[in-house]
This record gives sequence, C-alpha cells and structure tokens, in this order.
Amino acid sequence: MEELKIALKVNDLDNVATIFANGIVDGTVVAVRDKKGNREEIAVMGNVPYGHKIAVKDIHIGEKITKYGEEIGIATREIIKGEYVHIHNLDSMRGRGDLEKEKAE
Amino acid sequence: MTAWYGYRRADGSVGSRNYVGIIPAVTCANDVANAICREVQGTVTYPHHQGCCQLPPDLERVTETLISLGKSPNLGAILIVSLGCEGTNHARMYEELKATGKPVEIIHIQKIGGVSKAIREGTDIARRLVMQISGQLREPADLSEVIMSIKCGGSDTTSGMASNCVIGYVADKLVDLGATVVFGETTEFIGGEHLLARRAVNKEVADRIYQIVDEMEQRAKSIGCDMRRGQPTPGNIAGGLSSIEEKSLGAIVKSGTRPIQGVLDYTEHITNQKGLWIKDTPGREPEILTGMAATGAQFMCFSTGRGAPQGFPSMPVIKICGNPNTYENMKDDMDINAGLILTGEKSIEEVGEEVFEKSIQVLNGEMTRNEAIQYFTSIDIFCLGPVI
Repeated sequence: MEELKIALKVNDLDNVATIFANGIVDGTVVAVRDKKGNREEIAVMGNVPYGHKIAVKDIHIGEKITKYGEEIGIATREIIKGEYVHIHNLDSMRGRGDLEKEKAE
Repeated sequence: MTAWYGYRRADGSVGSRNYVGIIPAVTCANDVANAICREVQGTVTYPHHQGCCQLPPDLERVTETLISLGKSPNLGAILIVSLGCEGTNHARMYEELKATGKPVEIIHIQKIGGVSKAIREGTDIARRLVMQISGQLREPADLSEVIMSIKCGGSDTTSGMASNCVIGYVADKLVDLGATVVFGETTEFIGGEHLLARRAVNKEVADRIYQIVDEMEQRAKSIGCDMRRGQPTPGNIAGGLSSIEEKSLGAIVKSGTRPIQGVLDYTEHITNQKGLWIKDTPGREPEILTGMAATGAQFMCFSTGRGAPQGFPSMPVIKICGNPNTYENMKDDMDINAGLILTGEKSIEEVGEEVFEKSIQVLNGEMTRNEAIQYFTSIDIFCLGPVI
C-alpha cells in the first residue's frame, strides 16, 4: 500500500495542519503528524492545493484558528475536522480598515 | 581570525563588492545615470522614483536614504547625478558622502547644458573613478564585521516551515559570532509582534516594535478596506497563506531566536551596532531592498516560496527557495534548495550550514544567481506622504 501523505501540525495548540503534497483531493486520507511523532489519519474534505491547510478538529463559527500556537484568524463558518481551511472560511482580524469604517458609519 | 576577504573603507567598514555608485539625486536624473552606467563597467545605479514634489519630511527621507546608500561598504566611489532643481538636498549628499573618505563627484544636468553633455561628462568621471578604485585589494576580515540583511518575498506556507527556518539558523549563528543581522518588513510583524517584543533587550525597544507595527497597520486601515490581497498578496494566498497573521508568524521565523537590540529607521545607516536589529520597512521588494542596502548590509539572504527573483545592484542577494516544486521550476534563479527540508531529504541545520558557507563565498566575491542575471533595476525609496 502506498504511504499516506503527511499533514504537519506545528504546535499542540493548533487546530489546523498544513499538507505539503500534490494531488490531495476530496476524500484523500492523510496522516496528521506533530513534532512529538503523534499520528492521526484524517480524510480530507475538499481539494487541497500544495501547502494549504485542513482542520484537525471541528472549529465553530467565530472561534480562533490557530497555527504555530498563535491565532491566524477567525472561522467565518462551521468547519468540520478534515475540511479545507482558507480564505473562504477564515477571516483575518488585522489590517481591517473595512470593519473600522463600518463601525464609524 | 580571517573568515573572509573584503574591501576596507576609510570609515572602518568592509565591503563585499567594489563598485562605483551612480546615484540619481532625483527621479528626473535616472536616464542620465542609466546611460552612464551602461557605458562604464564596474558601475551600478539606482533608478528610483522620488526626490521632488513631495512634502519636506519625505524629501529629507529621500536625501538621507541616498546618503546612507552611498555609505554602503560595497561602494568604493560615488558619482551623484543631480538635475539641479530637485527637492532633495544634493549639496548635503555630496558633503556627507565626501566625509566618509570615499572619492565623490557630482554633476548637475541643467548646469552642464543638458542630457547629452551630462552623459558625456558623467561617463568620463565614472571611468576615472572606476580606474581609481579598481586596483584595491581585498583584505582579511572577521565574521564580526559581517552585516547580513534578511528578507522573505513571494512567500507561501513553505517559507515559515523551511526557508525562513534556515535563515533563522544562519541569523542566530552570525549573531553568536558577533556579527550584525538586520531584518524588516514591519507589515509582516502584524499578528506576531508580541513574539518579537518579548525578545527586545528592554521595554523601550519592545514599545518601539509595537509602535512601528501600529503605525504601519493604521496607514493600511486608513484606506477603509480589508488589507487582504494587498497583504497577503494574491500569490501568498494561492500559496496557502490565509491571513496576514499567518504570513507574519512564518515571516518572523527568519529572524531566529536571539535578542532584538533595537529598531532602525528606514533611512538609517548602521555604525558598529552588533547583534540582531529591526529596520522599519514595508514588505515590497523595491523599497525594502534599498532600505537594507542603505543600512550597510554587504549581502542579503532572501527566502521565497512562490519564486521572487528580485535583487539589488550593489547588494548581492542569495535566493533560498523553500518550495520544492518552485525550486524545480525556477532553479536558474535560486541559489539554495531549502525545499529538501519538506521532502525530508535534509534538515534545517544542514541547509543552514549550506547557506552559511554560501554567504562566506558571496562575501568573498562569488556571484549570486541574481547578480549574474542582473535582475535588480526595479528599486525605490519608501516614502510616507503623497506625491504632490
């Protein structure tokens, strides 16, 4: 059997992992690995390009998304474990002149 | 200990290159400067877009940046090309550069009698300067005399996991050897500034880090839109970076782990300041590369994931590619393959040592890919106010 492609989880606090592999499509099973050598198999939901991220646990709308143990944004939708995470379901909380403009109006 | 060989300058600095810098005092002098540079081997020029019809603080910024650029140890002599009626202070440029002990000349296009005459006279002067400095020998230099600048451009998620880790390794090693390392890209501290502030040598430096990040973010927010697509760029986003926070957290990895000694203003030239420093710059290549060369860096380590080919005329740039797909596709533009970290073929330390060795060779005169392909003419100076 072909070895599973790896998704890297950088920090214990992270709820996403990054997949450095080509050809990851909806339903591909990947092995999520962390620095301690823990391993968990997760089925990917969505086509995930090289270097993009998946959720390693369910993330609720409004919840922080964490990578490197630090906040990288907020979930704008309910995200299920294994689901592709990117700008369609993650919002940045910084440099948001649009939000300040809305507040001011 | 002799670690490398460089050109010793009168002000005590050591260069890795020995060029005559043809410096346009204003954008309106670019064509003359370019023409002179084409005619005379051993010269470099800096066609920028500033220096007139700007508010006084920006004019001062341009003047000071060009002075700092002229002080670069990689330049052995200077020819300033002035139009004559510009907003920058070309007389101050001449005086302050002359004070470094380097041969400095200046021509004024309007005074000489037009473009053709300025090109002829400037070419004669540049030839004389090149011949005057070209016989200088390289002399032994210590690693503590190294000034490395670092930058990431065309980033993707491989940058924070591979190529920036490699630069961080080299930064730590050079700092421990007593050298100077300078990093910037204030925009790409947004979301990670608390991690940098924790490494500041004192509260004053920590406060300054928060301040420059806040100023940069406020400038972006003042336009009233979401910064995303400006930063991170469409290319960053296509490469998997979902937010500025994610980009920043990967970008600051390249600064390594050592204490941050202070924050340099964009125009500042470093003088015997050792250790790790921040320079307040934007992320865009034309502006940050000028800022880093003005710092006095002898070379730059530049990481990329998407494949950013930019360099700078008088500061050799070593390209370190963290994305194995991009490396295969753009090999001719890349010096180091850090993609092997993600394929599991090499460790961060192994590639870090490779970059360290490459850095010494480049300091000794070995050409980088970027120098060989001469991809370095899109340069500029970071200004804060409007063009008026």
